[in-house]
Amino acid sequence: MTALTAPLAAIGRPVLAALALIGRIALFAARVVGHMVRPPFYPREFLQALLQIGWFSLPVVGLTAVFTGGALALQIYSGGARFNAEAVVPSIVAIGMVRELGPVLGGLMVAARVASSIAAEIGTMKVTEQIDALVTLSTDPIKYLAVPRVLAATLAVPVLVAVGDAIGIAGGWLVGVNRLGFNSTVYLQNTVDFLESWDVVSGLWKGAAFGFIVALMGCYHGMNSGRGAQGVGAATKAAVVGASVLILATNYLLTEVFFSA
Amino acid sequence: MITLTGVTKTFGKNRVLRGVDLTIPSGQSMVIIGGSGTGKSVLLKCILGLVRHDGGTITLDGQDVTTADRDAFLARFGMLFQGGALFDSLRVWENVAFRLMRGALKRPKQEAREIAIEKLRRVGLRPEVADQFPAELSGGMQKRVGLARAIAAEPEIIFFDEPTTGLDPIMAGVINDLIREIVTEMGATAMTITHDMSSVRAIADRVAMLHDGVIQWTGTVGEMDATPDPYVQQFIHGRATGPIAAVR
Ligand SMILES: Nc1ncnc2c1ncn2[C@@H]1O[C@H](COP(=O)(O)OP(=O)(O)O)[C@@H](O)[C@H]1O
Ligand SMILES: [Mg+2]
Repeated sequence: MTALTAPLAAIGRPVLAALALIGRIALFAARVVGHMVRPPFYPREFLQALLQIGWFSLPVVGLTAVFTGGALALQIYSGGARFNAEAVVPSIVAIGMVRELGPVLGGLMVAARVASSIAAEIGTMKVTEQIDALVTLSTDPIKYLAVPRVLAATLAVPVLVAVGDAIGIAGGWLVGVNRLGFNSTVYLQNTVDFLESWDVVSGLWKGAAFGFIVALMGCYHGMNSGRGAQGVGAATKAAVVGASVLILATNYLLTEVFFSA
Repeated sequence: MITLTGVTKTFGKNRVLRGVDLTIPSGQSMVIIGGSGTGKSVLLKCILGLVRHDGGTITLDGQDVTTADRDAFLARFGMLFQGGALFDSLRVWENVAFRLMRGALKRPKQEAREIAIEKLRRVGLRPEVADQFPAELSGGMQKRVGLARAIAAEPEIIFFDEPTTGLDPIMAGVINDLIREIVTEMGATAMTITHDMSSVRAIADRVAMLHDGVIQWTGTVGEMDATPDPYVQQFIHGRATGPIAAVR
């Protein structure tokens, strides 16, 4: 009997654990959102988080975007050449960038940079009893630590995505003009003509969702960090991996919702 | 008055508290002694609700702490954590004045800062320390900042988790006097965990010894020296042999 059920149990246990984790994260998300609309608010912590998450992520997001835009132009050119459709490079680079690669790669880079640092910071606070100390000082850790970060990330990542979009398109233009022989004016004209505002706006919505996910995962895993340095390490890893996977899954879902009609 | 009846707490297989019965009368200084790892810190955290106890009841002035209004309940407490637990993103004075800059006790920044500097002085720290970050201070200084933070809002009940561990004897004396003063002058209720017998004698009205998850013995400081209880005798004289195993 055990020989029969053991494999099932081996499959069932991690599945149940994963479902329980998803449930706990959903509950945590609901609590964070609930606290967003109820005072007290912590504007100073919010501005600090905005600076950390938004401003200091600009170089990473910008570098990612410029190289991606450049590579995209090369790929589409060589792919397009098979159909004698090299002229589509500007519009496909722009659409690919603003709908998919800008938000997704931006989100993943922010996950690497921000989810890890939030989880490590809050996890360290947890293991050094700073979270307990907050409670004894009549301050709700979710309100004081999680809400400012989640709010800041949700607002900052769309802006980062917008900047990344522009830099990515510029990367494509640079390659298009210098390597692929496009006329600069024609390239830019094509970019503008074929881009619809919903292409851009849908990408920004994705960015907001990814920002929310990144900060949420950082805060959740930090606050539930195990004991000691090892606990913080594990929390950091879980936050980055969790945020990345959730970003990719959410991206698919949102793309279905936005564009499957 | 804080009353604990049959309080139990288990972490996994580790039965830390196995039925703690203890009463801390208002305005008194209770000292908890006991070997390291016996659950003294956990006991304080259970009272504050930072750790949820599994069984038994804890009441403050007759009201169950698990059902009390959290904000009103916590506003009555101050706590010094064993490791200091200072917020390392904030300056020393912002740590000390944390409670004074937000919530019900909010006051102007300048005033909060002045109170913080005054509290720092009381724990033997110079005003220059106020603008430093916790990471720039020695362990003993961090401990004293934690102490200043615990007393900053003048709470009526204060918990001190090993307030003199890591301090030199002179500074330990200063802190012992301070704790005694807070109890006699401010009429606060204090609960202090310590291993330091000179601290016990300086601070305590009553002493309770935690061992094997229960309060093994409780009495006044005078009774402590006279008691034939082998656990207490071994502990206060620091003997390696006796009923308390040296390997735990
Ligand atoms: N959050 C926790 N999770 C698991 N075990 C814990 C936790 N906190 C304390 N313990 C365990 O409880 C026991 C008592 O710890 P503690 O109260 O810190 O001892 P002490 O009497 O030295 O203050 C120890 O064995 C410790 O490992
Ligand atoms: Mg302890």
